[in-house]
Amino acid sequence: MPEELQALSAADAAAAIAKGDLGRGELFEHYRARAASDELNAFTWVAESMPESVDGPLGGVPIAVKDLFCTEGIPSQAGSKILAGYCPPYTATAVANLEAAGAPILGKTNQDEFAMGSSNENSAYGPVQNPWDRSRVPGGSSGGSAAAVAAGLAPWALGTDTGGSIRQPAALCGIVGLKPTYGAVSRYGMIAFASSLDSAGPLTRNVTDAALFYRNLIGRDSADATSVSFPEPIALPTSERLDGITLAVPAALVDGDGIEAGVRDSFEAALETARGLGATVVSCEIPSAPYALSAYYVIAPAEASSNLARFDGVRYGLRVDATNLDAMYTETRHDGFGDEVKRRILIGTYALSSGYYDAYYGRAQRVRTVVASELSAIFQTADFIVTPTSPTVAFGLGERTADPLAMYLSDLFTIPMSLAGTPAISIPSGLSDGLPVGLQICGPAFSENRILGAAHALERAIGFDGSSAWSAL
Amino acid sequence: MAGHELEPVIGLEIHVQLRTATKMFCGCALGFGEPPNTRTCPVCLGLPGALPVANAEAIHYGLMIGMALDSELAPVSTFHRKNYFYPDLPKGYQISQFDLPLCSGGKLGEVNIHRVHLEEDAAKLNHAGASGRIEGADSSIVDFNRGGTPLAEIVTEPELRSAEQVGEWLRLLRTTLRTLGVSDVNMEEGSLRCDANISLRPTGSDQLGTKTELKNMNSFRFIERGIRAEVERQRALIEEGESVTQETLHFDPKTESITSLRSKEEAHDYRYFPEPDLPPVVITEAMLARAAAELPELPAAREQRYIDELSLSPESARLFAWRAELADYFDAVRASEASLEPQQAANWVTELQGRLGDQEAVDSNVTAASLAKLASMVASATINQGGAKQVLDQLVEHGGEPEAIVAAEGLEAVGGADELAPIVAEALDANPELTERLRGGDMKPIGVIVGEVMKQTRGRADGKEVTALVRQQLGLS
Repeated sequence: MPEELQALSAADAAAAIAKGDLGRGELFEHYRARAASDELNAFTWVAESMPESVDGPLGGVPIAVKDLFCTEGIPSQAGSKILAGYCPPYTATAVANLEAAGAPILGKTNQDEFAMGSSNENSAYGPVQNPWDRSRVPGGSSGGSAAAVAAGLAPWALGTDTGGSIRQPAALCGIVGLKPTYGAVSRYGMIAFASSLDSAGPLTRNVTDAALFYRNLIGRDSADATSVSFPEPIALPTSERLDGITLAVPAALVDGDGIEAGVRDSFEAALETARGLGATVVSCEIPSAPYALSAYYVIAPAEASSNLARFDGVRYGLRVDATNLDAMYTETRHDGFGDEVKRRILIGTYALSSGYYDAYYGRAQRVRTVVASELSAIFQTADFIVTPTSPTVAFGLGERTADPLAMYLSDLFTIPMSLAGTPAISIPSGLSDGLPVGLQICGPAFSENRILGAAHALERAIGFDGSSAWSAL
Repeated sequence: MAGHELEPVIGLEIHVQLRTATKMFCGCALGFGEPPNTRTCPVCLGLPGALPVANAEAIHYGLMIGMALDSELAPVSTFHRKNYFYPDLPKGYQISQFDLPLCSGGKLGEVNIHRVHLEEDAAKLNHAGASGRIEGADSSIVDFNRGGTPLAEIVTEPELRSAEQVGEWLRLLRTTLRTLGVSDVNMEEGSLRCDANISLRPTGSDQLGTKTELKNMNSFRFIERGIRAEVERQRALIEEGESVTQETLHFDPKTESITSLRSKEEAHDYRYFPEPDLPPVVITEAMLARAAAELPELPAAREQRYIDELSLSPESARLFAWRAELADYFDAVRASEASLEPQQAANWVTELQGRLGDQEAVDSNVTAASLAKLASMVASATINQGGAKQVLDQLVEHGGEPEAIVAAEGLEAVGGADELAPIVAEALDANPELTERLRGGDMKPIGVIVGEVMKQTRGRADGKEVTALVRQQLGLS
């Protein structure tokens, strides 16, 4: 029976509950027990019992929630020591939307501190192990959410993507991750990293689950002035073909040196599969792409340096007592923040400093505008831009921690879409030496339905089976 | 520099708390003395994950202010973050405006406006301990009720030249804002706060000297005293050949002392950048039309109307128009006694205000109706000026009805030949020597006779009438 339960996708489980074939308590307890015996350090908190849940389209299928979402009365620590034990008095809109659609909270998942990282090694609560190979990272920053879904510890999970933090861990863990159009999902109650880039989205076992989850996640929120109404309902994808679809491959980017051979092979194979489904594959250029990473690593830290100023020891979280106010600030933030967070606060503070603003922040914003217009130009003639999600498969724990620049390169393919605010999905394209490779499909703003359709057709044709990563039942 | 005449150059930064129903970026009601931290929410406490949403009514008020100050209104205005650490600033940044303020330029009275922008107020800190400041405090506690209150910051060009001019202009600004209905404009309660940038330069120069910033003075009197003290301090420094240091200063009205809060070297780099949580505010035609439609009569128009329609003297017209409470009181006096000559009513209102100091007429013991009654009693010669001033003294002191006071004190005017002639005759009889001199054409002693009559009538007689009667009784032309 546990095997049968485990085999159900979230959408299948919701359907089974709706039909009365499956009790939602039974499903919850199945995953609660698995999450509670998590050996990957994917969870930072697991529910003790099933919370009261409402009837709704998500049918009682529980969700794992990235730690940086505020959940009323439940620890919400954003992977940081400075928020150790912090239980917010309110729940983030994204989580509340899912709860209102019938998805109870199963647990909170580990992450890089304040979503800053690509390996989940920057968590104050310890690194997360990749279920495909426990000596490797799950990716980040939504590493706990990705590992939990890949290991079958949760049916699906909520994550956030600022520069690739949903797509890259989804790729490294062999699952599906959708980064939405900026503004489609409310950020209210998401502990902010970089406000103009942060997006909440699903990490799921398959594309249909992603569509079902996403359909219940989106919506204009009066508490988030940057949120927008999605122009159409999200459909459950049914496409099986890609006839008439043009896929554009940014040749210079994908042919670069940093990309692993196994990743390239898997990507080429996926393109071949797409052609087989009727798609046309063309080459394109994103001339500003080499600058996108640099621009991102100015804009995101600049916003972060300001967003993280509120962690000052005055009202909540860690306070290190000291003899005067300045010393209290200094000691609290010294002890409360990890190295990567401090590094980015320093970079961001510098970039915004009087006299440097134009040279750094101002110029980075101009690059951002150029990236967006270049992507937009490509979408005039192509339906989607496709790339590998990550230049490499999951790397070893500790392998890149000493070299922040190497770590930042993990986001090479995901950052242009973050800067442009456009949606992108990562789906598994296969394995390389037994480790998952992700395929990224990006479209123009609000093209999620089309992206999900194309991803669904490719998913069917590729036939990736991630069940070997499930931890023992 | 010694030997040159020095002139003060003063620019003002005025923070006005807007009287909206809710705070600038959240739905909390504004605080008015409730228990600490009861008007708060995740947004104005700066809790993790909370986001601001701009208050449309505050933007509306900002547009009304801009229109009243004849500013240029931005078609698109953006919010910026001003980053610094302080316990009264829960997010570690204040949401303010930077290079695209809601209103640019403008003019009020003779003073040009630099800009008007919207921002959020800080919370209120209370420091336990003798210092009263955060340095050396035993402990400090924060009340976030005030945090997030909408503020309009109005910045003038550095065109004011004296403490007195600052006081007069601030009253005009306060009246303008009060008339607009956008703020309580109460300095003592902090809904109107003023910082002054002060420097000195040789009179006639177009260069600006090194300025100091005098912070947060909370009454008109303190502002004038503070500016006067700072101007004198700078004057003394310059005259002794020393230079003024750019710094932020605090004026202590109790001791009249000026102390430094921080120097230029300690000045913050606020690292302004566009607030990514708030989209730019696009000012639509509909928003402009609504603001224009809600503009009331402004002081300049009221001043002109008083001159054109009521024939008030320019002095009275300006005095009232620049001080709405007084103008409203004046209007009430006139409404109470429609037959009153406007300038006479104005004179009595001015007479009253002269006795009240900082107190507003409307808050005094003298109701508009009783002042109107008093003025009309003078107009009808029921009492004379002297008697009326005595009645006014009583009204200011104790309140009450003018007629009752007149009756109780016997202050009715003594007039007409029937009543006054015998008293005049008596006075002449009692002073034969002076009477002879008067008869001989030497008019000097007439004052003594008038004085004698006044004494007999306890000031209720009219001097001119007495003089006329003396002449008449002595057969002088």
